[in-house]
Order: sequence, then structure tokens, then C-alpha cells
Amino acid sequence: MTHLFFILTVALYGCATAAYLACLVRTSPWLTRWAARILAAGFTAHLLSTIHLANKMKYLPLTNMQESLSFFSLATVAAFIFFERRYKVTTLGSFIAPVALMMLIASSSLHAEVRQLHPILQSNWFWFHALLAFASYACFTIAAGVAIMYLTQNYFLKTKHFGALFQKLPSLETMDEISYRCLTVGFPLLTVAIISGSIWSEQAMGSYWVWDRKQTWSLIIWLIYAALLHGRLTIGWRGKRAAILSILGFIVVLFTFFAMEHSISW
Amino acid sequence: MNIIVVGLSHKTAAVETRERVAFSPNNIEKPLSELIGLEGIVEGVIVSTCNRVEIYATTRDIAGGIARIKRFMADYHHLPFEALEPHLYSYHAEAAIRHVFRVASSLDSMVVGEPQILGQIKTSYGYAAEFKSSGIILNRFLHKAFSVAKRVRTETKIASSAVSVAFAAVELAKKILGDLSDKTVMLIGAGEMCELAAKHFLNSGAKGVMVTNRTFERAEKLAEEFGGEAVRFEELLEHLHHADIVLSSTGAPHHIIGPKDVKEVLKRRRFKPIFFIDIAVPRDIDPKVDQVENAYLFTVDNLQEIIQANLAQRSLEAEKAEQIISQEIGQFHKWLSTLEVTPAIVALRNRFDEIRRAELDKTITGWKDLPPDAEKRLEALTLAMMNKLLHAPTSVLKQAGQGGRVDLYVDALRQLFELEALQRDDEELELEE
Repeated sequence: MTHLFFILTVALYGCATAAYLACLVRTSPWLTRWAARILAAGFTAHLLSTIHLANKMKYLPLTNMQESLSFFSLATVAAFIFFERRYKVTTLGSFIAPVALMMLIASSSLHAEVRQLHPILQSNWFWFHALLAFASYACFTIAAGVAIMYLTQNYFLKTKHFGALFQKLPSLETMDEISYRCLTVGFPLLTVAIISGSIWSEQAMGSYWVWDRKQTWSLIIWLIYAALLHGRLTIGWRGKRAAILSILGFIVVLFTFFAMEHSISW
Repeated sequence: MNIIVVGLSHKTAAVETRERVAFSPNNIEKPLSELIGLEGIVEGVIVSTCNRVEIYATTRDIAGGIARIKRFMADYHHLPFEALEPHLYSYHAEAAIRHVFRVASSLDSMVVGEPQILGQIKTSYGYAAEFKSSGIILNRFLHKAFSVAKRVRTETKIASSAVSVAFAAVELAKKILGDLSDKTVMLIGAGEMCELAAKHFLNSGAKGVMVTNRTFERAEKLAEEFGGEAVRFEELLEHLHHADIVLSSTGAPHHIIGPKDVKEVLKRRRFKPIFFIDIAVPRDIDPKVDQVENAYLFTVDNLQEIIQANLAQRSLEAEKAEQIISQEIGQFHKWLSTLEVTPAIVALRNRFDEIRRAELDKTITGWKDLPPDAEKRLEALTLAMMNKLLHAPTSVLKQAGQGGRVDLYVDALRQLFELEALQRDDEELELEE
């Protein structure tokens, strides 16, 4: 059953990706509407698949890379759907839908095994920590997507290229605002995620902060986004500079997510 | 006499070239008098807008006249002729008339149908009339062009469906600033295009307008018109950080806003983006401003690409306009050619009539028992003969006029029939009109 939902999700995300990419080259309200609908359907299937899995295993599927990637993808699509409804930014889908699809495919290619849950994960702090961490990652993914769009549009404006993509992309102001929204939501989530993570660390390892690679890099991510937010609020950092920093932050997020393991394993 | 047009426009030259050959309206008398001082140039009008610099003139020597005006444009602005020449186009005869009609009707504009160009040509013609560089032919010609433009505007939808430079500016601003409802416009100088753009911005929901001008009274007047705020020109930079949209079109010979100013202004507004549109030629805003982060500078040329998107829609209306122009060219060209031919025909006719009367008088005075109606009959007979004889040469002459070979025929006529030198004074022509 979980597998069926999963296949359905991949198929729908695939269709949504194709539709969103087509939106880049063709202007059609019909296409835009259907791209959003297909993605929403894909999201529903994805959500059902995740709930089904959680129900079967009696825990949230966040415990290994395969589960995490799928959850990352789910959270990103959720964030995208929220921002698309709010700001009417179809073009963002052309950047986000492929990413969600790729994460999902990567997830399915990983080895899955049914196993007993490790005792150290049987802590509510862990679930809380992981859930918030993914929510913040999803926000940062959207921020990075918007940042890429911002830089593209900025490039068109500075070089005076007013092609089809220029017409499609939203205004700089809108993208800047989305990026700022993502930060103001993502950063507190990350902060709470790190705090809850350290409480869980205390429970599992007897110390709030063990300076393992995961914790250290999480702190670096936190500092990058803190700097970005601080710069924005005090000096008024925005536009190109903020976009570049936002992309940099996201690269570090990906690096931390894929390459940095917890010092404890399960 | 021939009408010639020499010039360059947004189609043949970039703004960098156009601004170098622009004639300042403040000092238009000098180039106008130099222009009609050129050998073979009889009348001249200089049209200088940000999108085109054109000289309309009349001459007997088409090739020589065009060459001399081209040389004049380069020399007057101290530009190397070789550098300028590739950007220049020239027209004569019917093509010249068509060109000017098209320009006045806004068919040759960057934004087809934009209404400013007609006003600009009217102003240019006003200078020429004031300084007496235009004469009977150009007066008539330009008045005709104005009426053609009016006809095009009322009979086609070209102006109503047109997207003006101003409109394109608003579209572009939205791509940067998003919603305009909390944005302020700063108007520097008082060009017609700028004022129009400001109106467009207000119609699109912009919050307010600030106006500045070298003459503060003018700024105040405009500000009142827009319900905005007047700013002293000297205090421009102190107020610039309140503006999100800056429209500039002053006649200043130098840049009035540089990258350093903009950096300072951006800092004061916490790097909220500023959108600059520079309509002035020569430019008001240093092109380097565009390299400043969060500052976006566009010239009129840049707006063209946005405008292109809507061109297809208007092509149908433009076709209708071209038809109107073709009709009007026919009429005007007829007038222009008769301008040459008519005096020749009149002179020839007078010569024939003179001879006829002399011979008729001679015959009648020597005739003893003249029948009562003979004088009348003889009069009719000679008149009919004269008309028959003159019919063929007259129609050939009229045709020659339309073919542009007038001078040759008129010259031959004068020698063959010993006509007096044909005077083309204004009185005679006015009667003809």
C-alpha cells in the first residue's frame, strides 16, 4: 500500500515537473492551473504514503536517509504550495518541482529495511527536533529557489534582456519578500530544532552539546541565516547580496544533510 | 524644387550616437541659420528629439544638398564624418514626403502610435518659422504632415491601441518594484514624455509624485497639477531617497546623477531598489548607475524591447495608416510638382495669348466692312486654336512635373519661346494655392 502511494507520488511529481517546465516556455492559464493541481494531487499521495508508513512502523519516517529524503521532499512541496497560493508565483514551481522529484527518486533508490527502532530514538525530543529541522530546511529550499530566480531576473534587468523568461518571472520585490518570509519562518524553526536537538542529545548522550559534526554544521547553518536576517533587519541587506547568501546557506544545508552524520549511529 | 530629408533615428543609431548629434532647442537659431546658409539649400527645418535627429530641407540639387547636409551634421557637432555617415539615411522626392508623413503620424516611432512625436515636430517647425528658415514649401509641407497625422489618429485605432514608452516604463517598474501602490515617483525636468510617464504611474496606483525643475516655479506648477510636492533642484539629492521611481528628462548637458550619489541614496533608503528612467538626450543619469546594486537604470532604447511584444497587434492599424498616407502623398506631390510647372505654363500661355491678341488686333483694325459678329467669331477661333496647340505641351509638362524632370522642360521652354525668367515669388504661389 505504501509502495503504491509512493509510485503514484513519483508519477504525479513527474507530471507536475513536466507541466511546470512547460509553463516556462508556454503562457497558458490552463497549463498553470493543471500544473498546480497535479502537484497538489502528488502531495496528497505523498502525504498518505508517509502517514501509511508511519502507521505501519509506529514512528515518524525520519530515521534514515531514505525516509528523510522523502520527508524533505514532502516538506518542500508543502512549503511551495503555501507560497504559490499566497504569492501566485508559478515560476517557482519550475524550480521546486524538479528538486522535489529528484529527492524522491533518490530516496526510492536507497535501501529500505524493516527494523526495530533504536532505543535512543524513542524520545519525543527527537521527533520534535527532526520535524522542525525538516520544516526549516523546506523553508530554506524555497528561499534558495527564489534566490536563484531573483538572480536570474536581476541578470535580465541589468543586461536588458527582456525575453520570455523575463516576462514569466515575478517581480524582484515579490521574490525578495518571499525570500524574507522563508527566513523569518525558517530561522525560528531552525533555532527551536537545534535547541530541542540538544535536549535530546542530553538524554541520549548525557551532554547538551557534544560538538559532533552534525551539531557543529547545524550551528554554522544557524550562523549563516542569523547573519542574513541580522543584515536585513539592521543594514537592509536585500536583493543580490541576500540571494547569494541564501543560496550559500542552502548549499551548507544540503552538505550537512547528506554528508554529516550524527556521532551516534543507530 | 525638391524636398530632401537627412537624419538618423532609433532605427539606425543607438542613444550614444543620437545624443551626440542632438540639437539643443535653447540654441536652435545658430544651426538653422547655418543650415540655410549651405550652398543650394533654400529652406530648412531641424527636428531633434531623443529618438531622432532629422533635417528637412528644400533644394534644386538633390545629391549635392543631401551630401552637404550630411557633412553639416557631422561638422556642426565636431564628429568625424566617416563615423556618423553609416547612421544617416536620406530621402528625396516622394520617399521624403512619405517619410515625414510617417514620422508625424507616429508610424516610424519606437512605440508606433505614441502621441508625443507630433508635438515635437510642431515645436521644431515653430522654431524654423520663428527664425524664418522655413519657407513656402516646407510650411505647406509640414502643415500637410500635421493634418495627415491628425487624419491617421482619428481614422485608425493606432494611437488608442498603442502602448507608449510611458506605458512600457510602468510595466518595467512593476517587474522590479512589484506593487506600485506604496511607491513614489520623482520627476526631474519637464519633458512631455516624462509628464506622460508620471501620469501613467499615478494611474497605475503610485502613491505620490515629487517634481523638481531648474525653475522652481515650473516645478511648483507641475507638482500642483499632479497633486505632488515640488522640490528645489539644488536639493534633489537630499530628497532622492524618498523616490522609488525616478524619471529624468532635463536639458542638462552633463550627468546630474552619478553612481556615487545613488550609492549614498540607496544606503539612506536601506537598499530598497530604485528604478531610474532616463529619457533625456544627452543623458541625465550616468550609465554607471546601472552597475550599482539595487539600482536599475533604463534608457528609452531599453524600453523598446518590451514594446516589441505588442507590435503584432498594431500592424493591422498601421497598414490602414499607411494607406491614408499613400493617398495624401499623391495629393501633396501633385501640389509640389505644379509648383514648378504652373508658372511655366502660365508664362507660355501668356506669351501665346499676347501674340494672338496682337495679330487679332492687326486683322480687325484693317478690316473695312466687318460683319457684326465677325469679331466674336475670330476671337473664338483664335482662342480655340491656341488652346488646341497648347493642350499637348501643357499635359506633357504636368506629367513631367510628377516625374521630377521639371527643370529640364522648363528650361527648354524658356529658351524655345523666349519666355522671361520664371519668377517664383510667394505672392504668385499663394494665389495658386
